[in-house]
Amino acid sequence: MLSIVYAILFYLATAIMVVGVGMKIRKYARAPAPLKIPTTPAPTTQFGVILRMAREVVFFESLFKSNKWIWIFSWTFHMGMWLVLIRHLRYFTEPVWGWVVFAQPFGTYAGFAMLGGLLGLWARRFLVERIRYISNPSDHLMLALLVAIVGSGLMMRFVVGADIIMVKAYMLGLMRFQIETLPADPVLLLHLGLVASLMIIFPISKLMHAPGLFFSPSRNQIDNPREKRHLAPWAAKLEE
Amino acid sequence: MADGDDIRKMAHPLEIPRLACGAMADLEPFRAKPEHQEPLGFPGELVENWKEKALEKMADIASKNRAFQVYLETCVKCGACTDKCHYFLGTGDPKNMPVARQDLLRSVYQRYFTFAGKYFPKLVGARDLTEDVLNEWYSYYHQCSECRRCSVFCPYGIDTAEITMAARDIMAHIGIGQKYSNEIIGKVHKIGNNLGLNPKALRATLEDLEEDIEDETGISVRIPVDEKGADILLITPSADFFAEPHIDGLLGYAKVFHEAGVSWTVSSYASEAANFGLFIGSYEQMRDISIRIRDAAKDLGVKRIIFGECGHAWRVGYSFLNTLAGPFDFLDQNYPVPQHILDFTWQEMQKGTLNIDKSRNDHIRLTYHDSCNVARASRITDEPGSQFEIPRNVIKAVCNNFFDMDRETTHESTLCCGGGGGLLTDDLMELRRKGASPRMTAVQQVTEDHGVTHMAAICAICKTQFSKIMPEFGYEMDSILSVHQLVSNAIILTGQEIDDEAGEGE
Repeated sequence: MLSIVYAILFYLATAIMVVGVGMKIRKYARAPAPLKIPTTPAPTTQFGVILRMAREVVFFESLFKSNKWIWIFSWTFHMGMWLVLIRHLRYFTEPVWGWVVFAQPFGTYAGFAMLGGLLGLWARRFLVERIRYISNPSDHLMLALLVAIVGSGLMMRFVVGADIIMVKAYMLGLMRFQIETLPADPVLLLHLGLVASLMIIFPISKLMHAPGLFFSPSRNQIDNPREKRHLAPWAAKLEE
Repeated sequence: MADGDDIRKMAHPLEIPRLACGAMADLEPFRAKPEHQEPLGFPGELVENWKEKALEKMADIASKNRAFQVYLETCVKCGACTDKCHYFLGTGDPKNMPVARQDLLRSVYQRYFTFAGKYFPKLVGARDLTEDVLNEWYSYYHQCSECRRCSVFCPYGIDTAEITMAARDIMAHIGIGQKYSNEIIGKVHKIGNNLGLNPKALRATLEDLEEDIEDETGISVRIPVDEKGADILLITPSADFFAEPHIDGLLGYAKVFHEAGVSWTVSSYASEAANFGLFIGSYEQMRDISIRIRDAAKDLGVKRIIFGECGHAWRVGYSFLNTLAGPFDFLDQNYPVPQHILDFTWQEMQKGTLNIDKSRNDHIRLTYHDSCNVARASRITDEPGSQFEIPRNVIKAVCNNFFDMDRETTHESTLCCGGGGGLLTDDLMELRRKGASPRMTAVQQVTEDHGVTHMAAICAICKTQFSKIMPEFGYEMDSILSVHQLVSNAIILTGQEIDDEAGEGE
């Protein structure tokens, strides 16, 4: 019964996330950027823009310039998250890819980096007057959700343990539309339930910052307005 | 007006204030009257179904402008921008923090256009559009100078200027416009420039200036108007025709053109570089004003367009002119369209056309204010960063004593003068003074460290703002200079006789 409920939950969550994010991306992609508004100095070539974006995505360049505390907490959190996500690929692949095996020890401890980053970011929402002012309940809830996911994960890895053989069989089963037995382990169920909720709220929440960054005209535009005429379709109609 | 006692004393230009909730809530600029609104095609007063109309306009902007959607939907409230706005630093009002300013509109957008805001408004801070909200918009969206400093520091590049422009556009469409900007745009449509200077008056003014140059140098230097067949059309802010220190900049351009031996002209039809359509966030207004430049260039049969010293005008010129009024395939493609006057002057300097005596600026110990729109929304030559280098190159070529301010307040991190974005009006004087205090604190630092006496800028708004504001911080009114004023001081015209009194310090 539990296995079926969680199977439905995960199919649903995956569908909502994929379709929801896809729809949002389509919406952003379809809306034209009527004017050239890159924040300068900006790259003058497409390759330059790719490098600028890469620096933003990998190093959080602008945030680094802005505020070292926010940068260290959020960079630690996000990079920790990538390692943890990579590590989790072992539950969805058989045989496990070599590079995932290689990342395993790093991914294990990256959970602490995630947690540390999250707690630092959360503390700022209480301790820094300006950030307290701009925080909404949803901002706290999002942090609570992430902390709970990371916390329950770390619990299983370092304290209570979990039957990861069974979990893996269950996940591999889901990927082939077969429902295996999910261990009725409360910490595991909590962990998975929270992950599914995160996936569900992804497209309707500020988590959209991840795909959104790639559509930010002040970062993704080439600085060449004099060389190449930029004209939105709706603006072209004004010329008729 | 007040004597400046209420200006916060800052230990450092970027010192973060304690929050002072509501400190600036009562400040708003005069609202446009029907006679300012209607010529621009906006309703004269608040329309009956204003709420529906406002939401309609919001949806319209969202469909036409990707930045609006992405910026409203992707902010994570990380707080990186919270200490980046000069108006926040100067006032302490939390609604002047960039993210909080965006939230004034974001909260309404969420309420009507997003799932979370429709069904869980309390959770995400979404709220209904009410008259109070509208008044709050009017107040705080006229406390943003659209300078883009926040967008430099945002991890997603969220540009509050885009949100401010959208908010002003929405308000104008339901009948709430700003008098200052809309009245000025009306004058451009009717007469051709912000000041309402008609062709006859313009010609007379420029003839006077020609005489001034001749009196000063003994050389006849022309400032031609509407000269058909000239090579270069100079588009410059109309303040250059009769405000100080702007005029001295214009004399500088004239001397440089004269020495370079090029033929040039200003146009009485497009006698304005400024484009306040940008400030009110109206693509259509911005386009109409830009097309005047294209028409003038065609009419006069020029080969090139050069822009004078003006910050936002250069943003529109550099970044938008090709979009709004292009293509400019009828001009000489060997030159950028448009070209910046500093690009022209620097090239002439490198060619050695100009005879410069730097010592004529020795009475000046100078710093340079990077104007926001030039710094964060343009280039001057083909090189990224040339918007910082070229003005400094020219300054160093004509002035021996140059000292940059704190690097965190220059280049792309420059602090706004406090008067940009349509706020250069007396009814916002309190905001202008407070918003200028971070920049002025940085100026005071270089005065203490290096004895700086003057500051140069390449923006008409900056110049006007600082000539009002600098006296409040203990400087002379004429401490703000045009960069081309320094060039004008230092240039020795061909055939000019020089008496040995170095400089001409007034």
